[in-house]
Amino acid sequence: MSSDLITMDDLTNDEILELLEQASSLLPVARGESYLPLLQGKVLGNMFFEPSTRTRMSFETAMKRLGGGVVNLGALASSSVAKGETLYDTMRMVDGYCDVAALRHPRQGAAQYAADACEIPILNAGDGAGQHPTQTLLDLFTIMQAHGRFDLNVVMVGDLRYGRTVHSLSHALARFGATLTFVAPPALGMPGDIVKHLKADGADVSESEDLFGNLAAADVIYMTRIQKERFPDEDEYRKVAGIYKLSRADLNDAKESMIIMHPLPRVDEINPDVDGTPHAHYFEQAFNGVVTRMALLCRVLGVEVKT
Amino acid sequence: MTEMRRVTAICNGTVIDHVPAGHALKVLRMLRISGVQSSPVSLVMNVPSSKYGAKDIIKVEDRELTQDELDRLGLIAPHASVAIIRNFSVAEKREVELQDEMVNVARCTYSNCISLADREPLPHRLKVVDSEPLQLQCHYCGRSQDIDSVIENLL
Repeated sequence: MSSDLITMDDLTNDEILELLEQASSLLPVARGESYLPLLQGKVLGNMFFEPSTRTRMSFETAMKRLGGGVVNLGALASSSVAKGETLYDTMRMVDGYCDVAALRHPRQGAAQYAADACEIPILNAGDGAGQHPTQTLLDLFTIMQAHGRFDLNVVMVGDLRYGRTVHSLSHALARFGATLTFVAPPALGMPGDIVKHLKADGADVSESEDLFGNLAAADVIYMTRIQKERFPDEDEYRKVAGIYKLSRADLNDAKESMIIMHPLPRVDEINPDVDGTPHAHYFEQAFNGVVTRMALLCRVLGVEVKT
Repeated sequence: MTEMRRVTAICNGTVIDHVPAGHALKVLRMLRISGVQSSPVSLVMNVPSSKYGAKDIIKVEDRELTQDELDRLGLIAPHASVAIIRNFSVAEKREVELQDEMVNVARCTYSNCISLADREPLPHRLKVVDSEPLQLQCHYCGRSQDIDSVIENLL
């Protein structure tokens, strides 16, 4: 792979599987059961130009579990960004301070832009409505943990238009032979060019507005939040908010092995009464963000992880 | 009856032939040729063409367009033929070559692309994904580009 991770296209299928295997071997370190300072002396720049809880914290945790250090961009209001600094200038500065940077930015293409500006590896932690490949790695890890394979029936639900996690994940799953069903209201359907590309690559893709009709055949239900912040006006948001909700009573016909995933945060799309069922995998999924990012950080910094 | 010659021959300069009919003004814009320059510029539009049915022709006097300038035309006139004229004779013939990437030719058409942010210094880069028909993709945001919109976004 190149030293940057901008989209999942930067990784071959073999590289993805190898990363997941390395992540698996790092599980005891991620849980704090053993200490493995593979990245001692290395510094990660956590460059979050948009709010983030899980991605930012899991990158930081991953680096610290491996003995490395982290510097944060901090609150935008108190950084040079508020003074009008360009992304180019900010990233050139970070290039000098850090060994690797994770970047989240509201504008699409920001990660590639930063990668062009910097010598250090850039890890895309979400760019606008674009890609979120490190989320995809942890999603793949979660599916592999539960099912041991990817040629499954995966149903993605909710905001598929603006939800960058499902954009990256659908591409990756299609590469591994999954059958994909996109469940969304028309206004929030998977972007046409993504569906077109998936189909052109031979993926088995279908689109629907019906969540419950697709539950029984699903191996994975991937719920997403309708993202209020990406709507141009509140009236449009209200028309579709709360359209898909899953509760324990809805799962009677589901396969025993079916898992429910969610990139979190959730609002009301998964009722808390689902949390206690064996189907609920979203908190494990969030934890898996640490271990997969540990494996990725080692890889881009050229540090070998023994499996 | 012989058709009257629409534009006279030029002594020195560049003739761009086989421009798609109706696109001559866009070509001038792409080449950054405006009416305020002192050299004469002639153009004819929608003249009959045995090859394409109709075409535009542009003649720019006292200026020899470089290959880099001509390659910008790949976006709207990929089949244009170009002649460099010296002393009323064709001194050189040039073709428009479609490069793998168009750098600083046009802006990405996606309003939220980082390349459209104020004062960002890196160049605008559109990758040529396919040539027939022309398909472009932004190097940064990865979005496929609508060619008509790209033409509206010329730099």
